[in-house]
Amino acid sequence: MTEYFLLIISAIFVNNILLAQYLGNCPFLGCSRNIGTAAGMGAAVVFVVVMASGFTWAIQRYVLVPFSLDYLQTIVFILVIAALVQFVEMFLKKAAPPLYKSLGIFLPLITTNCAVLGIAIICQRKDYGIVKTLVFSFASALGFMLALLLMAAIRERFELSRLPQSMKGAPAGLVMAGLMSLAFFAFKGMIS
Amino acid sequence: MSTLWKEFSKGLWNELPPFRLVLGLCPTLAVTKTANNGLGMGLAVIFVLTLSNMLISMVRKIIPAKVRIACFIVIAASLVVAVELLMQAYAYPLYQQLGIFVPLIVVNCIILGRAEAFASRNPVLPSIADGLGMGVGYTASLTFLGALRELFGYGTVFGAPVMWGSFKPFSFMIEAPGAFVCLGVLLAGMNFFSAWQARRKGGPDAVPAVSDCGSCGMCDMARKRG
Repeated sequence: MTEYFLLIISAIFVNNILLAQYLGNCPFLGCSRNIGTAAGMGAAVVFVVVMASGFTWAIQRYVLVPFSLDYLQTIVFILVIAALVQFVEMFLKKAAPPLYKSLGIFLPLITTNCAVLGIAIICQRKDYGIVKTLVFSFASALGFMLALLLMAAIRERFELSRLPQSMKGAPAGLVMAGLMSLAFFAFKGMIS
Repeated sequence: MSTLWKEFSKGLWNELPPFRLVLGLCPTLAVTKTANNGLGMGLAVIFVLTLSNMLISMVRKIIPAKVRIACFIVIAASLVVAVELLMQAYAYPLYQQLGIFVPLIVVNCIILGRAEAFASRNPVLPSIADGLGMGVGYTASLTFLGALRELFGYGTVFGAPVMWGSFKPFSFMIEAPGAFVCLGVLLAGMNFFSAWQARRKGGPDAVPAVSDCGSCGMCDMARKRG
């Protein structure tokens, strides 16, 4: 039990996927204009990441390794993720139109969110079992969502402040991400 | 010839990928602890980007519009697998240093962004020039950022010590926060420089030279499909 607890805490805070591992910066800068968008994007990422890690784990374990095709990992994983995203989109459109309305526009963007493929590959490289894979990917995606929401909250206030012209937009976002990353740095060493 | 040069050279300054278009940020931040890593990553991207632009431009008339994204991804992924195998064979230490960012070249927005914005609309030669130019610009940016961070973080450039003896390495620069702040300040500097240039020419105040997201074209693709 402690093991899983530590895994979750470390994935959310210590090794935050965005602020410590640099994955998923494009949506981080692009979708943090307001809290609503950030929440939608975050929820969509959590959903897709967990499903993608589960599927890719099964494919790696039962298809790629038995047929010794593991050098095809990258190409197979990205195709699985793309197909999965498409499938989820179609499913939501039919089964849950309100949810589709709020998450739909983010889904196609997620195929190329490096956090999704990144988390799937990290799970493989660390040789996690299925339960650990699911827990780790869920926690990492939550960490992503947390960072995205915090960023959006800060940025909404930032719109009103007076910035030098050349700092506006992406530069200010990056410097702010640096400061947040510094704050998250304080968790380093909490879990050895 | 001059059009080819135009396509090539725009990636070197006017549309410099990470600094102007703000594309491909994740590897830009992650692998630039040292100049060497930045250069290695850049070379891998040049390989993938040039060849993917070439191949996509060759098959651009055959691919149905509806499945083009999937086709682009397959082409890019095959090239990335090739790079992975080549690096494992000939540059294993570098491969280990770059870690998961080698397979993640597939989802680097530069590859898909250029495929969608350029290669799928232009003939083969200009597409190769575009890919090569963007790749060289990306490599130069990564190497520059890597050299800067290595200089302050370790006191070396390309592994050679250049700072004076009593210099205390500033380890903030090689950790994650330093990467974000460093890139942010560089982007701001880019904006400032362009604004200064525009003012000196006496033109109207320039719009910020660094675009804010959206230049990867992903949002456009999503909208078109939806």
